[in-house]
Amino acid sequence: MITRDAATPASGQLSVGEMLLAHGIGRRGFIKFCTAAASAMALPPWMGAAMAEQLRNAARPSVVYLSFQECTGCFESFTRSFAPTIENLIFNVISLDYDDTLMAAAGDAAEAALASAMRDHFGNYVVVVDGSIPTGAGGAYCTAGGRSAVDTLREAAKGASAIICVGTCSSFGGIPFADPNPTGAWPVTAIVGGVPIINVSGCPPIPEVITGTLLQLVSTGQIPDLDEHRRPKAFFGNTIHDRCYRRPFFDAGKFAKTFDDEGARNGWCLYELGCKGPTTFNACATLKWNGGTSFPIESGHGCLGCSEPGFWDKGSFYSAESTPQWGKAGEATPKQVVELAGITAGVGAVLGTASAGVSRLRQASRQKAAEHEHQGDE
Amino acid sequence: MDLLSFARGPALKVALAVFCAGVVWRIAAFALLRIRRDLNRPRNSLFKYLGAGLYTIGTRSWPHPEFIRRTGAGEALGYSYHMGLFVVVLLFAPHIAFLGSLFGITWPGLPNSVITVIAVISLTLFLAVLFRRVTSPVIRMLSNFDDYFSWFITMLVMVTGLAATAQIGARYSTLVAVHILSVDVLLLWFPFGKLMHAFYIFPSRAINGAILARKGAAS
Ligand code: SF4
Repeated sequence: MITRDAATPASGQLSVGEMLLAHGIGRRGFIKFCTAAASAMALPPWMGAAMAEQLRNAARPSVVYLSFQECTGCFESFTRSFAPTIENLIFNVISLDYDDTLMAAAGDAAEAALASAMRDHFGNYVVVVDGSIPTGAGGAYCTAGGRSAVDTLREAAKGASAIICVGTCSSFGGIPFADPNPTGAWPVTAIVGGVPIINVSGCPPIPEVITGTLLQLVSTGQIPDLDEHRRPKAFFGNTIHDRCYRRPFFDAGKFAKTFDDEGARNGWCLYELGCKGPTTFNACATLKWNGGTSFPIESGHGCLGCSEPGFWDKGSFYSAESTPQWGKAGEATPKQVVELAGITAGVGAVLGTASAGVSRLRQASRQKAAEHEHQGDE
Repeated sequence: MDLLSFARGPALKVALAVFCAGVVWRIAAFALLRIRRDLNRPRNSLFKYLGAGLYTIGTRSWPHPEFIRRTGAGEALGYSYHMGLFVVVLLFAPHIAFLGSLFGITWPGLPNSVITVIAVISLTLFLAVLFRRVTSPVIRMLSNFDDYFSWFITMLVMVTGLAATAQIGARYSTLVAVHILSVDVLLLWFPFGKLMHAFYIFPSRAINGAILARKGAAS
């Protein structure tokens, strides 16, 4: 939890409300903004006003954004948030003290900004992490300013009030963690403990889920309700399948068989084309992407399940969830099945012949014994 | 590796291997058993007694008129849930995708609502079958662990399948994983228990019929 002390502006420091006023944003406008953000987070409508009130009087909490073994896709997604927008968030709500992608400073000046944020706000700053943390070769696969990701994360975690893992890599290891994991990559939860960790998974996560989670954390000071993978239930409480507009076709048993058949053109369910919607918890089907424009299934492609742990190692993206998965290569092919059946049937035939042979031998010896007995009687 | 990957991956592979080897083993052992030579002169021609064997498959699949009042309902119950099971196994879209990936062919399925109704009816009939087994003194005396375990594992597959479709009790991925794991257990048990009746039932009727016909007896 973010402490009240941290949320109270120090003397000479402007509160969020004062900052907004200075930018010409009045109370009403700010409540509107918070209500929109609260509704995006599926929070009750009164939460918007409560969040606005709390934020108005609070100091802008310090946030440090650490990028490790990642592709910057999550950060790209973060910058495309519509409600709240990233500029609104970083200029009015939080104090983004370190982010090596966005900050103007570089080199020693950037590292000094990180050190001073951690020193000045010890115990109260929020750490946002994207990317997995490679531990192989003594952490040498990912370094910044001569320090390994694993050391930076451990140090940053010591004074953090909470850690938000943005993206599947920091949440669950993601693609770097996928077999054979050459860099010894791990998610944040495997490296640090003793601090609340929120996973905002997705490859990348939905922009509004990133900003919404951050906003909810800094405005309420509370860790949101999390699922068993530490993801905010407000966004990860339902599967894509639960909210998918193609669901009636699934229920009616109408499936596209290829990406360009009649079923695909009619918008039928993509289950047989490998859609992972039934096992994927995320808000794509409700919040959608690009300000609510659409989401992958609406564009004709099945869900890849990118917000679930180990999504990269769960077999082919293009085989249905109920299909057998044969080793690392993905689903079983009929050829492999015939091979397996051939070998095992051969084993069965040998065992069967042996069993019948044993039975015949036993019968023969029993018959012999009976004949012997019979002769003895005579 | 998560539970679902395990269930549809290595567990399924081992289960299919044991199923396949076990079924061939038992069929081969059965087919190669020593049959005592019947030294009597056949009372019917070869063609006739083999035909009678096939005919027995039909006649033995329904009670003799004399017993129909006593056992007809029980047999009808059995046939009904078997038919329900076949429809659910063969015509539910995720099952078609499963079988299609194993055998390389797919076919049209039925809407989920129809499948669900059939599955619920089959499940109810399956419970009725157990009720009949435990309440009838004769059937109860004839039943052993094999009967109850075979019933239990089939029931487990049905219940977990329904739970997964309705998404009751746990996450869909967990429910599907448990469903596939129960299928894996069923495949492992299949060759060694009474579920083997799927392979034995018709040949054994035919063989009995043929042997009797050879002796000149009606079957
Ligand atoms: S397209 Fe995917 S998520 Fe949508 S109904 Fe079909 S399987 Fe479910």
